[in-house]
Amino acid sequence: MTTTEVGRSLPRLEARQKVTGHGNYTHNIKLPGMVHAKVFRSTVPHGRILSIDTSDAIALPGVTAVITGQDILKIIPEPYYGPAFHDQPILALDKVRYVGEPVAVVLAEDPRVAAEAAELIFADYEELPAVYDETEAMTSKAIVHDELKPAGTFPDLKHLIGRKDTNIALDFHLKRGDADAAFASAEHVYEHSFQTQQTMHTPFEPLISLAEPGDGRVTIYSASQSPSFARSEVARLLGWPENRVQVKVGHLGGGFGAKLYIKLEALVAALALLVRRPVRLSLSMEEQFYTITKHASTFHIKSAVDKDGRITARKCEVIWNGGAYADIGPRVTQKSGFTATGPYDIESADIDSYALYTNRPPAGALRGFGIPQLVWAYESHTDLIARDLGIDPVEFRRRNILRDGRPHVTGTIMKDAAIDAVLETLAKRMDWDAPFDHGSGTLKRGRGIAIGFKACVSPTTSVASVSVSADGSATLYLSTVDMGQGSDTAMSQIVAEVLAIRTEDVRVINPDTDITPYDMATLGSRSTFHMGNAVRKAAEHAREQLLEMAEKVGLPKKNTLNVPEIFRHAYGMQAGTVIGVGTYIPTYASPDKDGLSDNVTPFWMIGGTGVEVEVDTETGQIKLLKMVNAADMGNPLNPRIVETQLSGAAIMQLGFTVSEEMILDGGQVTNASLADYKIPGIRDIPPHIENHIVEAYTHDGPFGAKGVGESATFGVSPAVAEAIHDACGVRLTKLPMTAEVLYKALHGEQE
Amino acid sequence: MTKRSITFYLNGRPVEAYVSPKDTLVDLLRNLDHFGARESCGQGLCGCCTVLVNGTSVSGCLELAELIEGKNLDTIEGLDAGGELSVVQQAFIDAGAFQCGFCTSGFILMVEQLLDENDSPTPDEARDYLSGNLCRCAAYPEILDAVQLAADKRKSLQKEPA
Ligand code: FES
Ligand code: FES
Repeated sequence: MTTTEVGRSLPRLEARQKVTGHGNYTHNIKLPGMVHAKVFRSTVPHGRILSIDTSDAIALPGVTAVITGQDILKIIPEPYYGPAFHDQPILALDKVRYVGEPVAVVLAEDPRVAAEAAELIFADYEELPAVYDETEAMTSKAIVHDELKPAGTFPDLKHLIGRKDTNIALDFHLKRGDADAAFASAEHVYEHSFQTQQTMHTPFEPLISLAEPGDGRVTIYSASQSPSFARSEVARLLGWPENRVQVKVGHLGGGFGAKLYIKLEALVAALALLVRRPVRLSLSMEEQFYTITKHASTFHIKSAVDKDGRITARKCEVIWNGGAYADIGPRVTQKSGFTATGPYDIESADIDSYALYTNRPPAGALRGFGIPQLVWAYESHTDLIARDLGIDPVEFRRRNILRDGRPHVTGTIMKDAAIDAVLETLAKRMDWDAPFDHGSGTLKRGRGIAIGFKACVSPTTSVASVSVSADGSATLYLSTVDMGQGSDTAMSQIVAEVLAIRTEDVRVINPDTDITPYDMATLGSRSTFHMGNAVRKAAEHAREQLLEMAEKVGLPKKNTLNVPEIFRHAYGMQAGTVIGVGTYIPTYASPDKDGLSDNVTPFWMIGGTGVEVEVDTETGQIKLLKMVNAADMGNPLNPRIVETQLSGAAIMQLGFTVSEEMILDGGQVTNASLADYKIPGIRDIPPHIENHIVEAYTHDGPFGAKGVGESATFGVSPAVAEAIHDACGVRLTKLPMTAEVLYKALHGEQE
Repeated sequence: MTKRSITFYLNGRPVEAYVSPKDTLVDLLRNLDHFGARESCGQGLCGCCTVLVNGTSVSGCLELAELIEGKNLDTIEGLDAGGELSVVQQAFIDAGAFQCGFCTSGFILMVEQLLDENDSPTPDEARDYLSGNLCRCAAYPEILDAVQLAADKRKSLQKEPA
């Protein structure tokens, strides 16, 4: 199909706003009469609240109110929220479960007064034993939640209701074939364990929400990736119909999964309703570390390999450190867990994946929904097997790769998944078959390639509407949140393509739940596919109506619409509106009791990375010389934006690979600042970066497109580990791989 | 906290404002509905709050507002005076040098300053100069492209005076 607007690399529609300082961020909002909120947080990792003394804070001049969990109960009797479990209180009630948990809030007209007053609050706790490590949490006597509280709306979680004395929020199991038999008769058996660390998204626009009370309603302005969910969850908490809660979202200054579901929205709504004034709560960079993080994990992986170097069976045990509240962790455990065997054609598999509660800040989704943690382990494992067998690692992958038409371990037949093409692109661009200079003296060089894949969270719904004005311009209403990924632009390109107008003539109405239709959330690279399909349908619906109008007024039935002409003929002047509506939900089959399903995802995301590194064996310094990213992008809607998504994702993952780590001491994060939590800077990026779009038409995607935001994160960590190994013979199995860690490994010092 | 009145020049225009002793330049600008300089790390580490004081870049999150008395404060909002984007702003669009855009004001002001000092920076020089600014979306490769584009464009404009 030849397209003119789809596939065009035009700049983001909001580009001009962003370079002139007029970006439409929630931070800019000021409401008349607004008060500022400052959160008072727990100083103990696990404890029963004995008392909260707010008297000094209240007495400080300029303080409007001090609110505790008990006050919240006055308007929300069951103040527990969460997307899968209703386990997180708006403010702590009987117990605190991590250092940094919100316990009370001060409101004041001057944000500095609020901050000063928050320091005057004193809480007394009876400390309880705490658990931080995910493996220890499996058997620990320290129990984070007295009772599991899964949201009753999900049939697959019902069996967990009321479960006691466990930190396992959810366990997911997949069983295919007879793995035990395969292991018993295997030529080779390999077994390894890998770990990842807890990290934070650090979106540069820190989390922020405002709430404005109205007459029997509340309006929430929030930097949220999921306005529809925020609305229904706040409505549920208040016991109100959804149409009395309005959630409005501007452009986000980064999200990466940090701004999903409910973060500050329920709190600001409750505060505003309690004090009957607009409330603004803006977190500091430090406070973000106490709000949402990425799962630390431990992955035990074991493979049976035959004499030809084919993997015949694999066992995976993945333990996810979910922190004190479940957030979306249980879904990560399931929906990513079933890909733990990797993009390989394996006959028999056992997967056990566990979501654990611990006394750490909660973990949720971060660019990849758990996939980077899995790929880190299975690709490191793959390289170690190839090394032992003496097979080239790319060749070993080729022998085992999962090709279209073959069943994934869930039983779903692979389709439109260019795994082999991604691998071959990387091999070619890395010049894999050419001789490689491993350096000399203390400067050693090495290289590695790794690939990964991801299923899309399913089933989820998107709805969009398009209104076409009589002058031929169009307005697109959707609840997809543009946090920098360029969705406003890509979605407008779809509308423009269908209506045969220019993308620049489409205006996007940013999420406002009073106006824009439902969307599950902007997460997991689902928007291009789901919302893209909804937008396409909405535009097609409008187009059909326009064609009918044309026919009625006797205009020639042409493929190219002349919209203004149609309206003029129909209404005798420039008047009228045509509204198209589109809804999309893909087909899906829930996994059975063995975790099997013949339709487990609407599409697969595939990405991989190749790197060359230089290691200074004296100091352990690791320098990336080259990074090649490749991903199956379907048919890219806007190749330029897609490419920046690739390098952005890969560089972010590079931070999680070589430097970023939240350090905890007695449950207290000790480096909750960009000073000590080192994210990649402009000097940390490899001097040579290539991004390759592997074009592979996605049959059910809008114009063949699929999601792109996370794919380039997958391969980075294991590729770097293999390159280090290739350079200096040391295998690191724990992230991050800092110079210090490598130095110790090289010089025989135990950590 | 007692507020006092100060006067200064904001993007070339005289302004009077009331400030508290603890207000930073970011606070002051917010009160004047200028949102282009924004606080992220609040510690002088990311550069999202970059503004120019008497022509020199500073972290607006760390500078006390009171000290701007009588000085020139220039922000991203002043760059497209007359409605025309600066060469650097246009280069950022052409190179796709941002995603979320939260860091963009700071980067653009730094690149303006870089090119004023050095009309042909090498990529290494550009990296060094910009290393005080962070971008979580990691648009770094495209930012370096934008520096190159803007440098070339500025030079070609100098050659053919309008
Ligand atoms: S907010 Fe000022 S440097 Fe980060
Ligand atoms: S573009 Fe998002 S932080 Fe730089």
